[in-house]
Amino acid sequence: MEIARLTIKDISRMLRNREASAVEITNGFYERIESTDAKIGAYISLCREKALEDAANAQKKADAGEGGLLNGVPAAVKDNMCTEGMATTCASRMLENFIPPYTATAVEKIKAEGAVLLGKLNLDEFAMGSSTGNSYFGQTKNPWDERRVPGGSSGGSAAAVASGQAVFALGSDTGGSIRQPAAFCGVVGLKPTYGTVSRHGLVAFASSLDQIGPLTKTVEDSAIVLNAISGRDQRDSTSMETGIPDYTEGIDGGARGLMIGVPSQYLSDGVSPGVRKQIGEAIKAYEKMGAVCEETSIELADYAIAAYYIISSAEASSNLARYDGIKYGYRSSGYANLTDLYNKTRSEGFGSEAKRRIMLGTYVLSSGYYDAYYKKALRVRRLIKNEFDALFKKYDLILGPTAPTTAFRIGEKEGNPLEMYMGDVFTVSVNIAGLPAISIPCGLDENNLPVGMQLIGKAFGERTILRAAKAFEMEFPFLISEEGGRHGL
Amino acid sequence: MDYEVVIGLEIHVELATKSKIFCGCTTEFGGEVNTHCCPVCTSMPGTLPVMNEKAVEFAVKAGLAMNCEIAEFSKMDRKNYFYPDLPKAYQISQFDLPICKGGYVDIDINGKMKRIGITRIHIEEDAGKLIHDPHGKGSLVDYNRCGVPLIEIVSEPDMSSPEEARKYFEKVRSILQYTGVSDCRMQEGSIRADVNLSLRPAGSTKLGTRTEMKNLNSFRSVFNAAESEIKRQSGILRQGGRVGQETRRWDDDAGKSFPMRNKEEAHDYRYFPEPDLVPIILTKERIDAYRESLPELPWKRFARYTEEMGIPGYDAGIITASVKTSDFFEEAVKYGADAKTAANWIMGDLMRLMNDAGTEDIPFGGKMLAELADLIGQGRISNNIAKTVLSEMFATGGTPSFIVKEKGLEVVSDRDELARIVDKVISHNKKSVEDYMGGKEKAMGFLMGQVMRETGGKANPTMVKAMLADGLKKAMEP
Repeated sequence: MEIARLTIKDISRMLRNREASAVEITNGFYERIESTDAKIGAYISLCREKALEDAANAQKKADAGEGGLLNGVPAAVKDNMCTEGMATTCASRMLENFIPPYTATAVEKIKAEGAVLLGKLNLDEFAMGSSTGNSYFGQTKNPWDERRVPGGSSGGSAAAVASGQAVFALGSDTGGSIRQPAAFCGVVGLKPTYGTVSRHGLVAFASSLDQIGPLTKTVEDSAIVLNAISGRDQRDSTSMETGIPDYTEGIDGGARGLMIGVPSQYLSDGVSPGVRKQIGEAIKAYEKMGAVCEETSIELADYAIAAYYIISSAEASSNLARYDGIKYGYRSSGYANLTDLYNKTRSEGFGSEAKRRIMLGTYVLSSGYYDAYYKKALRVRRLIKNEFDALFKKYDLILGPTAPTTAFRIGEKEGNPLEMYMGDVFTVSVNIAGLPAISIPCGLDENNLPVGMQLIGKAFGERTILRAAKAFEMEFPFLISEEGGRHGL
Repeated sequence: MDYEVVIGLEIHVELATKSKIFCGCTTEFGGEVNTHCCPVCTSMPGTLPVMNEKAVEFAVKAGLAMNCEIAEFSKMDRKNYFYPDLPKAYQISQFDLPICKGGYVDIDINGKMKRIGITRIHIEEDAGKLIHDPHGKGSLVDYNRCGVPLIEIVSEPDMSSPEEARKYFEKVRSILQYTGVSDCRMQEGSIRADVNLSLRPAGSTKLGTRTEMKNLNSFRSVFNAAESEIKRQSGILRQGGRVGQETRRWDDDAGKSFPMRNKEEAHDYRYFPEPDLVPIILTKERIDAYRESLPELPWKRFARYTEEMGIPGYDAGIITASVKTSDFFEEAVKYGADAKTAANWIMGDLMRLMNDAGTEDIPFGGKMLAELADLIGQGRISNNIAKTVLSEMFATGGTPSFIVKEKGLEVVSDRDELARIVDKVISHNKKSVEDYMGGKEKAMGFLMGQVMRETGGKANPTMVKAMLADGLKKAMEP
């Protein structure tokens, strides 16, 4: 049993054929975590005892010929999703000891399908960042090169899946936080259409942009996890009934006849040559499979970053205001009065990136600046949506790189937040428009680092995305290496 | 110089929903500290608000009853500020797109109708409550009130006297009670008003600088606060001073207002659309359905009472002012009481009993008043006895026939029994008998009174009168 390579489908088969028990599989993953995580640092916390109980239950179900889509599948979730009775830290000192009395809907749903929760994964504090370096619990490392970042903010999720520490993971994506780390770590990351997955129990960063999604080893696994987590939830007013009962349906339909637009802005000089080369190869592969790839243009691409950082920071400044030292979470020990309590608690409890976003967001919402920043950003948001709508009249999918570069070195962009923000240039507009998008491995660059390709679909067009991604995966296969990374053929 | 008073009211009202606005917790008043709350109320990370549809319905009904335009599209916004009683550090409210706009309420000023404009009505959530340690050891927070649904009704600055402000407040409360939107319990603070007041030279159209007095929870305090503020502001203006724009706290006991040491003036609430809730979209059909489900409003009842039932305007006004009294009256009439009789009982004895008890609640239904009236009509009790029965009903909640029976209050119509008493009265009051025979008709009244005294007021007056007349006639015969 080569733990690192196992997919959801593999485990279902193994349990069915009695090749291994769910408990053995779960133990196998904990051994894998023990042997690799000292180097990678993907996990913030583990819950082995509970996981083994869950695995034993999964085995009983398997023996009875029952069990859900994810029965006995070891999985882990980003530590900004609430888990009842288990610390949910958001990688922040502020919530270091916060134990929620409820479980996030998405987590509840994978558990209901039989998934075995191994532990909680590292992230940038409150999901703010692109490196998983803004964590109170330390930097997660890229399994392909430990001197490099795994991306972020779902860096722990991507690194865990890439290094075989979990079969799949849940991440959250506000401006690329699933897709960019998936690209950096060579795994599949899907950000569903806004409203597809309930946000109940996801600690909010920017409510109008946040969306939970799967990080998996294969496209098909991505569809299976989405089957488990999607659907309307009464506890989240923004969640929707998607009307899609099965995301795996038609997944093997191939790419023939698909109209794919490739915006010229997505292959500009700002994109590294290695990434450009691989995306060029991908375009050729799609054409070979019978899809039509056409150069197009997204005029507003340049404004997406600014609009995104204004809107997301504005919402964050309000969402993070509740961490005031009164009710739960960190409270400074010495204070003279209420204002002092607020100031000290928030100064000591938040890291510098969270503070930067809070200040930025407070500023753009302040009277006198509101119209010039926040209101204008909302207008840009509307225009970007319109532009995508127009593009999707002609194209089934928009293709481009997930990020302009492959994984950068740890510390490389520290002290230059703007440069860090610019790395989100291809992902943020997808959140702004509420669209679904996937990042799938697309070979390696000259440094042997994974390149991610992004496919953007129309709202609730996940099935088209998954079909095209699966076709590409078959044409352009990856293998999981002995070292735990995934290497292109 | 003469000054003109300009007053506008902001009225905060707790809606009569069973559960809170964004979660399933109860809205019940009181309760042990922090027992009516859940992770949504305390804003734990990852929790989300879900709009209580009943709160929307009540807000719309309030708007319809106050002649507002109902927005087919409105949304919730976040009002951001830090305070320990506000666990999210923002209040979910409505900023630029309130659910109701542009209505009015008519009030009666010395028999003349005056129209007070409603600028807007919006939905918002209540905050928690700080409990300060009396020994100065710190403060604790009670989150029971967090998320209790409120509406804020903002009037135009259309009132020009404390009396108008009070009348308007009374009228709004009455409408809210009629529509079932709120129970408006003043002592529980479920309706409170902020009074905005300014003065301007008579005839001027430009508004003067206003002050705001917050959280007034009785009609009397609205009136007193406005009157006191007029004195204060005119005093300043007459001395050539300038009124400062400020928030003041009204102290009912001191009969004075005090400036609040309040940083709120400088607050920038950074309103923005609440991304956790979808916009409130109301179809014309749904608004119409709410309109049709509105009960009969006080002015309609007033018209019916005065025009169809012949109730005097003054009485009809008082009866319709409170939905409870009006509903009581409706029930009494429904069960057969004569409308004028029922109105008289309400205006007289019942109002006195309610005032004495300091309550607006009548502890029995209108059906019981109808029963009481019926007992009088059948001659089974006298009017005077009925007053006693009513007091007893008010005190114990017993039915009239039960009280009459238990206390033996039924009219004595037993001829032998009455004859015995009449004879006794005639033989014991020789002087009055002589007076009567001497032509003093008044003496008859005195003798009647004596019979009533002997029977504890229960004697059948018609029979007594006839028997006394007979007895006296006999006495006159030689």
